[in-house]
Amino acid sequence: MSSSPITELLPVPDEVTARIGLIQYEVEGSFPVENGYVWTTCASVENGNPLFWNETVANELTNGPIAPPTMLSVWFRPHHWSPGRTESAVPLQAHFDLKDALDLPEAIISSNTNTFHEPVRIGDRVRSRQILRSISEPKTTKLGYGRFWTIDVEYLNQKDALLGVESYTAFGYHRLGGDRS
Amino acid sequence: MTGGAVAERLLYGDVVVGGSLPVLNINVTASTVVLGALASRDWRPMHHDRDFAIQRNGTRDIFLNTPNQAAWFERYITDWTGPTGRLGRMTFHMNTPVFPGDHMAFMATVDGTEIDSAGCGWITLAVVLRVGDVTNTACTTRVALPLDKDDNPWTRRGDAWRP
Repeated sequence: MSSSPITELLPVPDEVTARIGLIQYEVEGSFPVENGYVWTTCASVENGNPLFWNETVANELTNGPIAPPTMLSVWFRPHHWSPGRTESAVPLQAHFDLKDALDLPEAIISSNTNTFHEPVRIGDRVRSRQILRSISEPKTTKLGYGRFWTIDVEYLNQKDALLGVESYTAFGYHRLGGDRS
Repeated sequence: MTGGAVAERLLYGDVVVGGSLPVLNINVTASTVVLGALASRDWRPMHHDRDFAIQRNGTRDIFLNTPNQAAWFERYITDWTGPTGRLGRMTFHMNTPVFPGDHMAFMATVDGTEIDSAGCGWITLAVVLRVGDVTNTACTTRVALPLDKDDNPWTRRGDAWRP
């Protein structure tokens, strides 16, 4: 099989440009918001905020237990495996779609803006939807040669209240000196 | 481990622009990275498989994932504000990954204060996650604080909450 060094990127296909601004992958999380993950997450960063550990404090301040705001994305990530599935599900599918469509094999999240609205409550069923906002011109960074893109993920609860928005900026790239085989 | 001490309830009037938060020091291990990734349900191999991270991502080891960095920033901020501090918005830029063996230092300064037209008290923090002399991640956060002991930002809904 022949290979050649990457010197330029493929143009952005029209069907990819057409996705900008469209709602994609509107799905409900595979389980309700639950305290086990809240405590595991707090433990992972040694977060002792009594709002998440002390029910009396939670009742006083938030009218019952809530999840840490930065856990928004936890509630939409698919299980690594579930019955009947033969391939791994990926959480930010619009992101992986772009990697494939733009022929950019590697990608890294470079920046992230999270806006927090209604508190996420234990027992909530969280629904998410993904919206591609932009794709950049070709760029070169120390990681490689590729494009930046921004995807918003909006989160809503079972009452359609907006819980928050996560805006991810990613860099999809070929490693410098890499080949397109 | 740090013990997870959380401050009493900080009030808006307690905050001075230009003031600094106490530094939080954390030694990162492979367990820190893997636990953070799994707690945030991020199963991607660059956060638990060292060979994959090196060979596919071109990094020197597995590294902290994005949601877990957000969780570290939240913990750092609310350690200082206490439980009545309510995050409104958080933006962060990851310049360099954080690897096992790194020593993270979280530092922050108060960049601004504001009472919005709905009567909510906001502070803006410039937070950095540094390893040695390098700023691995820079974070700007907007946090609501109570104006007095009877105020509670968590009760704000709809147009009264403008993050």
